[in-house]
Amino acid sequence: MTALSLKDLSISYGDTRITHGVNIDIAEGESFALVGESGSGKSTVLKAIAGLAPQWAGSISAFGKPRSHGIDGHFARACQMVFQDPYGSLHPRKTVDATLTEPLAIHGVGDRNARVETAMTSVGLDRKFRFRFPHQLSGGQRQRVAIARALVLQPKILLLDEPTSALDVSVQAEILNLLKRLRREQNLTFLMVTHNLPVVSFLCDRVAVMRHGRIVEIADVAALKKGELQDPYSRELIELSADHAD
Amino acid sequence: MSMTVRAWLIDDSPSSRLQARLGRAWRICAALMRNPLAVAGAVIILTLVLTAIFAPLIATHDPLKQDLAQRLLPPGAMNWMGTDELGRDIWSRVVHGARITLVIVVMVAVLAAPAGLVLGAVAGYFGGWTDRIIMGVTDIFLSLPKLILALALVAALGPGIENAVIAIAITTWPAYARIARAETLTFKNSEFIAAIRLQGASAARVILGHVLPLCTSSMIIRVTLDMAGIILTAAGLGFLGLGAQPPLPEWGAMIARGRTFILDQWWVATMPGFAIVIVSLGFCFLGDGLRDVLDPKSGGQQ
Amino acid sequence: MSKPLLEIENLRVTFPTPRGDLDVVRGISFALGRERLGIVGESGSGKSMTGRSILKLIRAPGRVSADRLSFDGIDLRELSERRMRAIRGARISMVMQDPKFSLNPVMTIGEQIAEALLTHKRLPRREVSQRVLAMLESVRIADPERVAKLYPHEVSGGMGQRVMIAMMLIPEPDLLIADEPTSALDVSVQGQVLDIIDEQIRRKGMGLIFISHDLNLVSSYCDRILVMNTGEIVEECRAGELHNATHPYTRGLIASIPRLDENRDELPVLDRSAWAAK
Repeated sequence: MTALSLKDLSISYGDTRITHGVNIDIAEGESFALVGESGSGKSTVLKAIAGLAPQWAGSISAFGKPRSHGIDGHFARACQMVFQDPYGSLHPRKTVDATLTEPLAIHGVGDRNARVETAMTSVGLDRKFRFRFPHQLSGGQRQRVAIARALVLQPKILLLDEPTSALDVSVQAEILNLLKRLRREQNLTFLMVTHNLPVVSFLCDRVAVMRHGRIVEIADVAALKKGELQDPYSRELIELSADHAD
Repeated sequence: MSMTVRAWLIDDSPSSRLQARLGRAWRICAALMRNPLAVAGAVIILTLVLTAIFAPLIATHDPLKQDLAQRLLPPGAMNWMGTDELGRDIWSRVVHGARITLVIVVMVAVLAAPAGLVLGAVAGYFGGWTDRIIMGVTDIFLSLPKLILALALVAALGPGIENAVIAIAITTWPAYARIARAETLTFKNSEFIAAIRLQGASAARVILGHVLPLCTSSMIIRVTLDMAGIILTAAGLGFLGLGAQPPLPEWGAMIARGRTFILDQWWVATMPGFAIVIVSLGFCFLGDGLRDVLDPKSGGQQ
Repeated sequence: MSKPLLEIENLRVTFPTPRGDLDVVRGISFALGRERLGIVGESGSGKSMTGRSILKLIRAPGRVSADRLSFDGIDLRELSERRMRAIRGARISMVMQDPKFSLNPVMTIGEQIAEALLTHKRLPRREVSQRVLAMLESVRIADPERVAKLYPHEVSGGMGQRVMIAMMLIPEPDLLIADEPTSALDVSVQGQVLDIIDEQIRRKGMGLIFISHDLNLVSSYCDRILVMNTGEIVEECRAGELHNATHPYTRGLIASIPRLDENRDELPVLDRSAWAAK
């Protein structure tokens, strides 16, 4: 079944067109990556799906249900997002507990105490962190809180906006392992935006390369691993990434 | 025992919501205690509050009782601050005046600060026409001198403490709205607000639950610093005969009456004047101290 | 190797905290010739503090102490702030992470580069503008005359960083300290910027200290690498021999980086207890 489907999605900010007719279909349980350089429009696609960039044309649907342009509660329960910067995505004056309880309160979900504890356990956060403020946590712990917040409503789809690029490599490994395990355990569908091809190779099944607001190529990650992408721009990205690696 | 309470308060891993909150309050207080001026300010404000509460016990005379035989006595053993032109004990009047001052200050803060806070946050959060209309009104109020506007309002509403409070509140909220709007604009596009919106939170919930808590610290600082101005405006209205009405012992009104005798019986006007200056200073010191401790720009470390 | 350009022995940077003094750099020693030295470490490893302490840019209440801190035979420890200013920029330069915060927003790029030059040398105006344009050209800015008239917000991140490099290199320093010079840039631009730094360093025979969190990046652009962890140097090796690293921290770090042809089901996670006991 298709978990997330974008049809002919064109997003604008004011008079500027950011993306032009993006088409993506992501199967349930699949992990899909959207790669490109800054300004390619990859993050904007994520924002439009989440509801933070309401100026779009085309269609976005999750599990066959099209979404409206605003932010709606139903969609929120099916699809959540993890942001790039763990320092900016947590409210500085709220404890971990308050951050995790809020989504449950918004949707009137009962049994909050147990759910918060479950969410914390599933992302590997010790109970002692529950009443800490963000400034009392490390970057990796903050990102775990952000992931727990996204998962506490038990969504089916997780949007990941460069979830590890602000973290140290050793912490990045922990978070990537965590995401991989969560996806397996909860049968989540991932849509990840990143510029880091090795991360795609570790976490994803398929990849779309974006440039100037258009998708230039969609391929299996197996092809990426073998360096067999077709489009010249995709190959250029691989080359740059390989240069880097040694 | 005191050590264990302290350890409980500064525990890095609080085990309940209450402990986390108290811990934060404790850290703010501890930081405040390290600032001598803030402590001085807090002591002054505390004295004002205690004086207001226990005024009947502290006062040596009935503040309203006239005794024409004892008119305009200089400060002495019987009348610590002397007596006024109707033979009333100035010390007792100043002490009872603390009540009036405190009522005015608290009422203004309760009326103006939340109104300004909410209006500013709404304007900043929604932007567009909402913002333009609310801020337009705010600017109209800001463009008029405070005392003149308060005067006009009191003249229209009629003299008296209640009307003075309303008039002052109406002149102070626009400044708070401006601050709240500015703060809201800096947080509005942050990821943690985006995250809570993505959870499906309503605008009211985002503003009340997530934006306002971030504005409160700058608001507390500003209100504390403004207290001095509010007291002075109230005193100014009293001085002009439009605030508290005789025989109420309001400090501004007392100065107004003492003005006639300022050369020969200086104490009549000076004693309430001292009270105003000291209390205003107290609020300023405390406000400055709070700014150092609560300033969100210092990273919210507390 | 000729006489070292920079010699550091037992460098220590200390910050007071409510719970007692905290050493963010704990007695490290190294020497640098006219070569490219990479300092790698994660956040909190003390790598940036090391770079800053060489320029004596650690702000109070932080303290720097060292048994030896000499640059080209000059003892930096005892130098007055005034004489230190003459060394900063002119002989040791520093490129920071984000050009957005390092460039003055109300001065044109040309003016800023000229000022960097004039702070340390007196030159006639015509020569100044010639050298500014030549410098911009050497950092591969195609149209130097136009770019010199632009303000920082009018150029892209990669261009801004090239301008920063031009600014830092125009006084012809002997040592360049680059602190995460490309972390804010796209991969494709990153490569260009590093190539430019590399080319300039080689051409002028300068020393380079390249501070970064990115092991792969450092190993491909440097001759020698220091790996730092919690204020100490845990590993020192030639860049090409990084895969033979011996310290468990370095090995753990290398292993935890995903690869392009990643087939591991799980990435190994650093076990910090492995060497904490030592």
